[in-house]
Amino acid sequence: MNLHLKVWRQKNSKAQGSLVSYEARNIPEDCSFLEMLDLVNEDLLAKGEEPIAFDHDCREGICGMCSLTINGIPHGPSETTTCQLYMRKFKDGETIYIEPFRAGAFPLLRDLAVNRSALDRIQQAGGFISAHVGSAPDGNAILVPKTEADHAMEAAACIGCGACVAACPNASAMLFVGAKVTHLGSLPQGQPERNRRVLAMVRRMDHEGFGNCSNYLECEAVCPAEIPATAIGQLNRDYAKALTLESL
Amino acid sequence: MSIHLDPKIPAGPLEQKWERHKFESKLINPANRRKFEVIVVGTGLAGASAAATLGELGYKVTAFCFQDSPRRAHSIAAQGGINAAKNYQNDGDSVHRLFYDTIKGGDFRSREANVHRLAEVSVSIIDHCVALGVPFAREYGGLLDNRSFGGAQVSRTFYARGQTGQQLLLGAYSALNRQIAAGTVEMHSRKEMLDVVLVDGHAKGIITRDLTTGEIKSWAADCVIMATGGYGNVFYLSTNAKGCNVTATYRAHKRGAAFANPCYTQIHPTCIPVAGDHQSKLTLMSESLRNDGRVWVPKKKGDTRPAAQIPDAERDYYLERKYPSFGNLAPRDISSRSAKEVCDEGRGVGPGGLGVYLDFADSIKRVGEDKIRERYGNLFEMYHQITGENAYQMPMRIFPAVHYTMGGLWVDYNLMSNIPGLFVLGEANFSDHGANRLGASALMQGLADGYFVIPYTIGNYLAPEVGKRPTTDHPAFKQTEADVRAQIQKFLSIKGKRSVESFHRELGLLMWDYCGMARSEKSLTRALNRIPALRQEFWENANVPGENESLNVSLERAGRVADFLEFGELMCRDALARNESCGGHFREEHQTPDGEALRNDDDFAHVAAWEYQGPNTPPIRHTEPLVYENVKLATRSYK
Repeated sequence: MNLHLKVWRQKNSKAQGSLVSYEARNIPEDCSFLEMLDLVNEDLLAKGEEPIAFDHDCREGICGMCSLTINGIPHGPSETTTCQLYMRKFKDGETIYIEPFRAGAFPLLRDLAVNRSALDRIQQAGGFISAHVGSAPDGNAILVPKTEADHAMEAAACIGCGACVAACPNASAMLFVGAKVTHLGSLPQGQPERNRRVLAMVRRMDHEGFGNCSNYLECEAVCPAEIPATAIGQLNRDYAKALTLESL
Repeated sequence: MSIHLDPKIPAGPLEQKWERHKFESKLINPANRRKFEVIVVGTGLAGASAAATLGELGYKVTAFCFQDSPRRAHSIAAQGGINAAKNYQNDGDSVHRLFYDTIKGGDFRSREANVHRLAEVSVSIIDHCVALGVPFAREYGGLLDNRSFGGAQVSRTFYARGQTGQQLLLGAYSALNRQIAAGTVEMHSRKEMLDVVLVDGHAKGIITRDLTTGEIKSWAADCVIMATGGYGNVFYLSTNAKGCNVTATYRAHKRGAAFANPCYTQIHPTCIPVAGDHQSKLTLMSESLRNDGRVWVPKKKGDTRPAAQIPDAERDYYLERKYPSFGNLAPRDISSRSAKEVCDEGRGVGPGGLGVYLDFADSIKRVGEDKIRERYGNLFEMYHQITGENAYQMPMRIFPAVHYTMGGLWVDYNLMSNIPGLFVLGEANFSDHGANRLGASALMQGLADGYFVIPYTIGNYLAPEVGKRPTTDHPAFKQTEADVRAQIQKFLSIKGKRSVESFHRELGLLMWDYCGMARSEKSLTRALNRIPALRQEFWENANVPGENESLNVSLERAGRVADFLEFGELMCRDALARNESCGGHFREEHQTPDGEALRNDDDFAHVAAWEYQGPNTPPIRHTEPLVYENVKLATRSYK
């Protein structure tokens, strides 16, 4: 198939960027979206131009590194991540717009690659259980009912790609934060630090410049890991409770 | 300088070696730990767990990864599970059985003492991961659930859906984050290690390139830990992430670290077959699928009927036929070779005949589609996205693909390489899996090394090194940094016509054809003739555009591919010198009448560790004899 691409090119964070047109020719349908870009890049190299920079690594939908906004939607029409999007989802002759994940808290590095380290800093603020190596009781000493373990797993599946932020008109990271708060808050091991955790993560999230949730639910719609928006509800409840307890 | 390989295996009975070694290891008091700076390269299971644990103990840790976040490391893609000798299922498991299964699975080419230690600490790993909040699968009563895995007759594998690697890595990442917040670990992402710096023969720092700005920088420390993963991408197509590379370990090798058993590569039996020339990577379908899927091909050659129209009597469930007691759960190397065999006979299925069926129809009939969905839902979805096929209604097509590399930098019992101060953890070292790794053992080894081994053994090196840390003003840093810069300039000044990617593809194909699932003197000799020519063409005609001072993907790849072009040759040399078959290394000249690997214990019950001799000079092969005091060398049989 042949496609017309409009790709965001920007040399670095300071340079001016723009959409540049490219033709992708003879692309097999079984090709993934990133493999299509690989082929375009090979063409660019042959013409003596610099290839399009984009982030990717595992190419199997789990590492969370790929991050393209395709026709205005983070990860495009894929059910999961950009790397798991196959060209059979597109029509021959279609025009495809390819842009980076856009958010104030994700400064652009080059072309389609952005800096998402703000998400790491939120996790550093409290996305953990303080357990020293060597201090753990036997794994079966902590009983976790299957339903709760499954609930924790559902939230823990977040791959940290940031699509939720890029899709949100407020560039909110509340689905991302809600996922970790729900994961650890669903387990007995996560209870001792539950209040501290939610306060620290929300404060860091605000500090990094992410917006608040106003229920557009675009985050849930694009999330490749299918994190439900109920995680945001959980986040709000935990935050309200922790804030109240803190003020007492 | 000739290298000396002393494995430093502690004395005493096998079961007491680790206990005794821990007692005899040097301790560093808490106040002194903060005087030691430790560099950790790589943040997968081994690197993240090591950095977090050493930070927790009070060492001053600086950690690096080339990805945009430590959470991206490729451990995240491991699907099936992690082994531990808990015997929660009351099915006869024990530390000794896990030890024995691992030694046998590795085809009697690993060190007894290391493997026993691995089996011992496996139980602590599960406890610790539970404490960190890893959401392992549970039974209704709230207890941990287990599944069985290839190469074992007990159920000792713990799992979190089909995303166990992700959950274990995120657990280690959370522990790492806690230490970053506490100020004990300084984390640098998007920085690639390009060389190790030796001061008076000791590893005392590294050189990195910032992948965003191109800044080349020296970092000094008291010791260096490399947890930089395996070299499967030498084959270009593998289940590794695109960024996985051999650069860190190979450049350490060029500085004097011995590279052990590079020919031991694991071909995973259950991957999605190649669809075309555009393919950039291969996707694994977890081996756990073999618990419920039956592997078969048509009995007849060239049978192109759809699977559903082939009656049971005309199907060859070849694993069940050849290995009745292990059946579809035969170890990876055996399953992979069997798939190659039936495809070579012309009985393969799917485009190009390079595939076999993995059929869930019987299991769906037995336990229902819902149960299968609960167990493997995400894998079936992934398969659907990639192939457009629904595996609940028709069998999956699978084919073997390069997955894991058992070889790596040589390390002693302390996980230190032959370069003092250079420790190597996880897949990057060679230590525990021998010639073949069992499923669900990679996660176990990565976390064992990081959480439970290195924190004890690092003191043996560091204790006498107090106050010996150089600064980056030392001439050794200046010289190494200059070497790194010179190499980058060399790449940029080739200004050739051919993309770096195309060299990598050609090398990969060559390695797959000549040094893949089956190897022979003829194929390896051919590869050894062709690789130097390809390398020469690379240095004359590679197209590396742009400059160093920006995010330059072509430049990053050029460095990695240049190393693969040298490393591939080392692999073939090792495969040629190991004139026997064992585990993942199958030499066509050495097989039993029914096509099984034929070991030669008299001549090859040893580790081969290669010493670099300079460009275009053949490396020297050293050996470390493998002494078996507790298990009897036997022919592996899974029949």
